[in-house]
Amino acid sequence: MPKFEKTTSLTTYVLIYAILLVVTAFAVYPILQVIGVSLRPNDMLHTTSLRLIPPDASLASYRTLIAIDQPVREKVAAGWERGGLLGAYRALTREKPFMGWLLNSTLVSFLVTALSVALASTAGYAFSRYKFIGRDGSLIALITTQMFPVTMLLLPLFLMLIKLKVYNTYWGLIIAYSATALPFCIWQMKGYYDTVPYSLEEAARIDGCSQFRTFYQIVLPLAMPALVITALFSFMAAWSEYLVAAVIINDRALYTLPIGLKQFQSNFETQWGLYAAGAVLVCIPVVTLFLFLSRWLISGLTLGSVKG
Amino acid sequence: MNATALAQNFRENRLAYLYILPSFLVLGFVVLYPFLYNIVISFSNMSLSHFLDWRFVGLEQYRKVFTEPLFYVLFLKTLLWTAVNLFFHVTIGVFLALLLNRPLPGRALFRTLLILPWAVPQYITALTWRGMFNYEFGAINLIMQQVFNLAPVQWLSDPFWAYTAATLTNIWLGFPFMMVIALGGLQSIPRELYEAADVDGASAWQQFWTITAPLLKPVMVPAITLGVIWTFNNFNVIWLVSDGGKPADSTHILVSFVYRQVFNYYRYGYAAALSLVIFGILLAFGIRFIRQTKATEAVY
Repeated sequence: MPKFEKTTSLTTYVLIYAILLVVTAFAVYPILQVIGVSLRPNDMLHTTSLRLIPPDASLASYRTLIAIDQPVREKVAAGWERGGLLGAYRALTREKPFMGWLLNSTLVSFLVTALSVALASTAGYAFSRYKFIGRDGSLIALITTQMFPVTMLLLPLFLMLIKLKVYNTYWGLIIAYSATALPFCIWQMKGYYDTVPYSLEEAARIDGCSQFRTFYQIVLPLAMPALVITALFSFMAAWSEYLVAAVIINDRALYTLPIGLKQFQSNFETQWGLYAAGAVLVCIPVVTLFLFLSRWLISGLTLGSVKG
Repeated sequence: MNATALAQNFRENRLAYLYILPSFLVLGFVVLYPFLYNIVISFSNMSLSHFLDWRFVGLEQYRKVFTEPLFYVLFLKTLLWTAVNLFFHVTIGVFLALLLNRPLPGRALFRTLLILPWAVPQYITALTWRGMFNYEFGAINLIMQQVFNLAPVQWLSDPFWAYTAATLTNIWLGFPFMMVIALGGLQSIPRELYEAADVDGASAWQQFWTITAPLLKPVMVPAITLGVIWTFNNFNVIWLVSDGGKPADSTHILVSFVYRQVFNYYRYGYAAALSLVIFGILLAFGIRFIRQTKATEAVY
C-alpha cells in the first residue's frame, strides 16, 4: 500500500484526488448506466430519471434472455427427438436467440484463441531465435498489415468466401479472426522470447535435448506470461468483433453476439433493456479476464510489441 | 550472398521456416491473397451490374477517387478526427499516468477503474454511447438538462453533433491504452534522476520537460503511431454511433465511407481503389514515423 509522501502538500493531494474522481466518474459512468438500464422493469425503460438503479429494479431482462423454463425445455426436447444435438440447438436458438449467440461466440472465440496461440508461439520463436533469410522483411510485412483499412481485405475476402462456398459458415470467421490477431500476437511473442536468456537453451542442447523439445519444454513454459496475453488478445478480438461477422454471417441461427446485440439496439425503442442486459453479460467475462491480467498487461506491452 | 551460402542458411534454419509456415499460410490466405485481389479489383470496373463480366479499366477508378471533391472533404474530416482523438488520448493518458505514478493510497483501485473502458468490447461501447446520446431518454441530455440546466442537443440528427458524439465516445474508449503505456514508460525512469533534479532546485514543471518527457518519448512514439493507425481506420465507433453515417451520410470518415460504397452501393472497383489509397496514406505515415522512432532510440 503506497503511503502519502510528506513532501507533497495537502492541497496537491486534494487536487489530485479531485481530478482522479472526475475522470474515474467519466470512465465508469457508461458502464454503470448500462447496468442500470438492464435492471429497469419494462415500464421504466423510457424514463427521464437519472437514478442509476431504478426504484423497482428487476432482473426481467436477464430472465428474458437466458431463463430456460418448462416451455423452453419442452421445445428443446422436441428438437432433440427430431434432429439430435443440432435439432435441440436449433430449438434453443429459436426460443432463446441470445443463448444461441452466446454459444456461437464462445465456440468461435475458443477456436480462434487456440489457433492464434499455437501459431504465434511458434512463429514468434522463429523470429526471435533464428536469423533466416526473409526474417526482417516478414517482420516489417507483419506491421504493415496493421495499416490495412478493413475494407481492403474485407471486400476480396467476402468475394472469395462466396466463391469457395464457405460464406455464412464459421470457417471463414475463425480463419479471418486468427489472421487479424496474428501479426500483433507474433510481435508480442517475439518481444517476450527476446527477453528469455539463450543460455538456458544452450544448456539443454548440450544435455542432448532436441531443437524442438528445447522449444516446448524449456522456452514455452518460461513464456507463459506472454502466452496468456496472446490468448487474452485473440480471445477478446474474436469475442468483440462486429464488422467481419456482420459481412460473413447472414443466417440468423449463426449470429454471434455482436451482430445479435446490434439487432436489439436497432430497435432502441423496444429492446433497450434486452440490449443492456445482453451487453452486461457479454462484458462480464472479458472485463474480468482483462482486470485479472492487467498487471501483466503493463509490463507485457512495454516489453513486447510496442517497444518494437 | 551466393547460392551455396543461401542453401546453407536455408538448411540451418529449416526449423525456423517450419515454425513460421503455418502462420504465413493463414496470413497468405486471409491477408496476402485478398490484398493482391484487391489490387486487381481496383483496376477493374467490378460492380453489382458488372460482377462476373468485369474487365480492366486501367486507372479509371483512381481517377474517380482523386477527381471527386468528396475524397478531399473526407480526407480532411478523417485527419481532424484522428488529430482530435489522439490529442485527447495522449494528453489524458499521460496526465493520468503521471498522477498514478506517485505513491498514493487507492492507486491500484483508480488504475483498475480507469482501465475499464479499454476492457469493454468496442461495439458495446459504441452502441451504449449511442443509447446515451438519445435525444429524449439518453443520459447525456438528461444530465445536461437536470444537472447543468442546459438545453438538450440533437446529438444524433445534426451532423456536427453526431461527429462530436462519436468523438466523445472514442476519447472515452482510447485514453486507457495511452495511460497504460505511459505508466509502463514512467516506471522505467530511474528515480535518482528526479532526486538529482530536486537537489539542483528544478521545479516540477522543469522536471517534466527535461526528464519525464524525453524519457517517455521512446515509449510513446510507437504507441502514438499505432494510435494514429487505429483511429484513422476506426470503423466501429463512427459507424455504430452514427448508425452508418447518419444523418444522410454526413458523418463518415474514409474507412466507413468505403464500407458504404462496398456493401450498400456495390461499387467494388471504386471501393478497392479508395481502400488502396487509404492504405498508401497510412503506409507513408507509418514509414516516416517508424524512421523517427529509430532515430529517437539511437539518441536514447
